[in-house]
Formats: sequence, structure tokens, C-alpha cells
Amino acid sequence: MSRLYGVVAEFDSPEALVEAVRKVRAQGFTRLEACTPFPVHGLDEALGLRRSPLGWFALAAAGVGVAAALLLQWWTGAVDYPLVVGGKPYFALWPSVPITFELAVLLASFATVFGMLALNGLPRLYHPLFEDEEFRRASDDRFVLAVEATDPVFHATETPALLERLGALAVRPVEEKA
Amino acid sequence: MADLAIRQPLPLETPLIEGQPTYGDISRDVARVVESRPPRFWYIALAVSGTLTLVLLGVLTHLVRTGIGIWGNNQPVGWAWDITNFVFWIGIGHAGTLISAILFLFRQRWRTSINRAAEAMTIFAVMCAGIFPLMHTGRPWRAYWLFPIPNQDLVLWQNFRSPLMWDVFAVSTYFTVSLLFWYVGMIPDLATLRDRATTRIRQLVYGLLSLGWRGSARHWSHYEKAYLLLAGLSTPLVLSVHSIVSFDFAVSILPGWHATIFPPYFVAGAIFSGFAMVITLMIIARRVYRLEHLITMTHMENMCKILLATGTIVGYSYAVEFFTAFFSGNPYERYVFINRVTGPYAWAIWTMFACNVFAPQLFWFRMFRRSIPVMFAVSIIVNVGMWFERFNIIVTSLHRDFLPSSWGHFTPTIYDVLTFAGSVGLFLTLFLLFLRFLPVIAISEVKGVIPSPGGKGGH
Repeated sequence: MSRLYGVVAEFDSPEALVEAVRKVRAQGFTRLEACTPFPVHGLDEALGLRRSPLGWFALAAAGVGVAAALLLQWWTGAVDYPLVVGGKPYFALWPSVPITFELAVLLASFATVFGMLALNGLPRLYHPLFEDEEFRRASDDRFVLAVEATDPVFHATETPALLERLGALAVRPVEEKA
Repeated sequence: MADLAIRQPLPLETPLIEGQPTYGDISRDVARVVESRPPRFWYIALAVSGTLTLVLLGVLTHLVRTGIGIWGNNQPVGWAWDITNFVFWIGIGHAGTLISAILFLFRQRWRTSINRAAEAMTIFAVMCAGIFPLMHTGRPWRAYWLFPIPNQDLVLWQNFRSPLMWDVFAVSTYFTVSLLFWYVGMIPDLATLRDRATTRIRQLVYGLLSLGWRGSARHWSHYEKAYLLLAGLSTPLVLSVHSIVSFDFAVSILPGWHATIFPPYFVAGAIFSGFAMVITLMIIARRVYRLEHLITMTHMENMCKILLATGTIVGYSYAVEFFTAFFSGNPYERYVFINRVTGPYAWAIWTMFACNVFAPQLFWFRMFRRSIPVMFAVSIIVNVGMWFERFNIIVTSLHRDFLPSSWGHFTPTIYDVLTFAGSVGLFLTLFLLFLRFLPVIAISEVKGVIPSPGGKGGH
């Protein structure tokens, strides 16, 4: 069994894709996916995507890093096993700065990378778009717009016709393996 | 749309990429490196570097079985070639993140052709660097004692007030973050390789590595944010790492080490040596793999300019060190510097001056900045000079400190030489494997800096 996932339309330049996305959105389509070989600026706005919240993830993780590092250095040095070394205080802020900084950066980087993957739903081994043999060119030199069949305004014959009118080089239906 | 305008080159600007390639040309040219059989040069180079790597394995095995007495370090020179090599490799590892992060934040678009290889170089250099302090501990199987892991055999905690512990955190954080940055940058290109793959094994390996990336606008939105954040995090990180390495010396009270100029001086030196290594490797890679239109003469020239700038900063730092020693009025401090230029290791400091301060001055002239033989020679000379810089800082400060009765002399043994040569072999082996299996140029980033076929100005 397979069912229709949607239609894909190929464009040959980022500008053509952005233009097509604008027009398709103006028609009321919402379930769109635009795939490009490199980040195309203006596409986020055309699709109406929200700003990525990753910055907050990183900030929170950096806060955890600072707290954890200070706690670690204070507790091990001044509480659990106080040891006089070179007559220095058991715990002081200045000598704690390097490790605190490094741990904040480390945790913020983990949050950034794993947060990015989580928000993108990656790793993901299968996606219906990979069923389309020509879709592989979306990582090479094609700019692909996919309109999902679950879109309320989707029509099996009119939607492909609309995409062709918008200047797509090719428009194909994509079947999803059930 | 404002961003779109920024990414289009100005009409008067020299194109970053030569020959007006299309998007497809760029994918093909970069993928060709991993998809076709490697040139004969690759096999010969791998045979040499692989042999050296085996030498490294042999020496380290001998070292672990016997003890670090096989090296020439002994009182008063407890740190010698091993720590020199550590600082040398860590320094080389600074150019990659500088190119990826700092030049990214400064919107230096020429970085796109060289950042991938420079990041790879960073990671391999930090791996080589890690070997030396690890082995220098004498009991590398107890290396986990360096981290605050609760365990039965060590009843006390690490001394977090020591710069050596700061160094453990700085270097391990730097390695981890550089690896993440490198991998994240590579995901879209791994997807390109996956989509071009013709054999099952390639599809499988690149498919798994690319994590199901499909280049959707949502992906790119989070991805670009992540890239920007990593660049923002790596920028202070890269500056902190070599500053902290310099604290290993500067926080001590030894004449010749106890200097406030050390952090900026070390960072400038690190960038200097790192760029020299990038130039060496890029000259070979672009020639062997015929990538001269992607890594153009403009890229090489820009790197030469950075070499000139950082080399001059390094020269200034040397001068400040001497001035401070003179101006301090401290007889021990003064003696270290007089001893450096006239003592038993004077040849090393004069080598350092010639290589680091004078050689890069050639790059004031455009003729030399655009000459491959000149820049190849200078890049090698600079790395020799930077190795000697660390040797001077470490050995000449240690061998004669306060008490003449505890003075000594350091001579390397054959094992010092072989460990260093072996680490060069490991570095080159890893780099050659990278060239063979991973995208050497950031495909998706380069596509972003060439004119679009649908752009208003066209080509």
C-alpha cells in the first residue's frame, strides 16, 4: 500500500523558489516544505517560519555550566577535601574563572548542537521525500517545493498545474510507503 | 531580503570563486575528490605518514613500558620537547576555529573555501597535542585522575587552583566544541555525498552520517542559528584556550615565564602558526586535487596577509618581553633574556627570530603574496620558527633559573625526535584520510557565495 504524500516542484534558482513559495502561500497553502542545497535568505520569511529558539537553549545551558562549575570547584576545594596548596584560599572567584568559562561554553555548545538536531527532528532515517528519485538533486543544484497532500487546499490535479504555472521545471507526485 | 542583498557580490568585487561555476559544478568538483580513485601522490604520502604513525606507536609503547626517562627531560628541565610539542600542536589547532568562527562573525566570505580543511586540521592537531601531556604524566593509564570523576584509588580531589587543571578543561572543551562545529558544518555536505552515492556502502555510510538531512527551510533556519551560536561560542573559546595554555607558564614564578604579555602573545603565535600550516596543506591539496578555482590565489593571498599581521604581532611581543626584562630591574629576569641570546641555546632564539619575525615580512610585497613557491617556503619556515619559540620559552627558562648550583643542560634523545616525527606522521595520516573520505570544501557554503543563475545581475 502506498498513499500520496504530496507533489514536488523543482526550480533552478533560489529566487524562483522564493517567488513560488510566496504565491503558493498567497493561495492559502500551509503544509509546505522547501528544500534547498544551501540556506536561501528570504525563504524563512516567505514560508512564515518563526525565529529559531536555539539561542535560549544555549543561554540556559551556559547558566547551568556556570553554576555547575562554581559548585564543583567550591565543594571539592573548600568543603569535601580542603587542602592548603601554596597558601592559596580554598575557594576564590578569580582562579575559578577559567574552568567556569570552559564548562559554560561546553554545555552551551552541546545544547546548541543537540537542540538543533531535536528541533529538526534529526536523526531521521526515512522521509517520504526520499521516495522521489529526483529529490536527491535538492542537495545539489535544485530548489524543491513540496506541497503535502494533507494541506486543506490541496487538489490532486490543480495544485500541480499551479506549480507549473509558477515556473517549475518539473512537477511530480510523491507516494509514501505505508 | 536584506540578507539576500548582502550575499550577492558587489559588481566591482573580484569573484571569490573562479570560472563562474554552477551549483552543480561545485558539488561535482568537491565530491570528485572522494568519489574518484586518489591520485598517486595520495598513496605515496599515506605510505610515508603511515610509517611515521607506526613509529609513534612503537615509541609510545616503549615509553609506557619503560618510563619517560627515555626522553631527555631531567632536572632542572622537566618540561622539554614533550611540552614544546604540545604547545606547538595546540597552536596549529587555532587557525581552524579562527577561520570558522571569527572570520564568520566578521563576514569574511572568503573563508568558505578553506574552513572545512582548516577545521579538520584543528581537530587532528589537537589530537596530536593531547598525546604529549598524556604521556608526560608518566602513567597515562591514570589519565582519568585529571577529571573530577569520583573514584576509589584517588581519595582527594583535583587542585582546581592550578593552571594545569584549567588547561585540562580548556583543551578538552576546545577539542569537543571544534569537533561539534566541524561535524555540524559537514552535515549538509554529507547529505550531498549521500545523494550522489552510487554504491550501497557509500549510501549507507554517508546516509547515517548525514542523519537524514534534507535541506528543508526549517532545517536551515535552525541550522544557521546553531552555526551562528557555535561561532559566537567558539570565538572567546579559541582565545581562551591558548591564553590558558600560556597560564601554565605565566602563573608560575619562573623568570622568563612570569610575564603578563603571555596570553595575547601566545594567541597571536597560535594563529600565526595555524595559518602557516593551513597554507602548507592547502597549497598541496588544491594542486593535487585541481581545486585552484575554488581555493583561489585570492584565498592564498588573504592568508599571507594574516601571516604578515600575526607575525608582526609576534615580533612585537618578543620585543616587549626583552624590554620588560630590562625595565623590571630584576637581575634573574634580565639574566634569562641575556642567556637566551648569548647562552648555549642562542642558536635556537636566532632561528626563531629569523623564521618568525623576518620571513613573513616578505608578504608586504604583492609579488610574494601571490607566489606559491614563496608562500610554501615561508609557511614551512614559520612552523619551524614557532616550534623553536616554544622550545626557547620552555628550555631556556628552565635550564638556568635562580640558583646556579641547580643549573643544567638539556639534550634530546632519539626518542624525543621520534615521538615528534611520529606525531607529524599521525597528523598527516589523519589529514590524508580526511581528504579521501570527507568533503574537503564546504559545498553548501561555497554555493552561497557564487552568483545565482536567477539573480538580477546574473553572472
